[in-house]
Amino acid sequence: MILGIVRGTVYSTINHPFYDNRKLLLVDRIRPDGSDEGGYLIAVDSVDAGVGETVLMIDEGNSARQVVDDPEAPLRSVIIGIVDDIRVGS
Amino acid sequence: MLLGRVIGTVVPCVVYEGLEGVPMLLVQPLDKRGTPAGGAIVAADSTGMAGPGELIYYEASREAALALRKTFVPVDHAIVGIVDGVQRDGGEIEP
Repeated sequence: MILGIVRGTVYSTINHPFYDNRKLLLVDRIRPDGSDEGGYLIAVDSVDAGVGETVLMIDEGNSARQVVDDPEAPLRSVIIGIVDDIRVGS
Repeated sequence: MLLGRVIGTVVPCVVYEGLEGVPMLLVQPLDKRGTPAGGAIVAADSTGMAGPGELIYYEASREAALALRKTFVPVDHAIVGIVDGVQRDGGEIEP
């Protein structure tokens, strides 16, 4: 799983039917200390995350299809958790 | 998914079975600020409506083929949506 911070929203009306009425969030990837890692992902939200929140996401198809309960979903990136706290070390 | 800009079209004359009639577009991947990042890729268009100049989002790997009408085809990048707008802190990305 990947850590990220939600930075924005992506709007679209012409899309694959699977993406109709799905919330797409722009998520910047971060390091465990919270600093910017450089990369980003557009992910489908499954936990009602909002801009500014630290989230846990996956970028793997099988898990994504399981989350949306659709074996044919053309989807890889899903937000699957909102993070309260990250501690590195003890 | 990642953001990309359609920069052209590709017209193949011979394709593997199952890919007949699937639109192929040249896509320049973008970074999170909307600036070009890396080399251009060829992506199948599952919307059937994307064209040069448009901001799109695309899916990679096995899931790209799942976006097409025939899902067991050799495709590793597919456009799954045309972007109307991207709202992010510190400015918007031009659609």
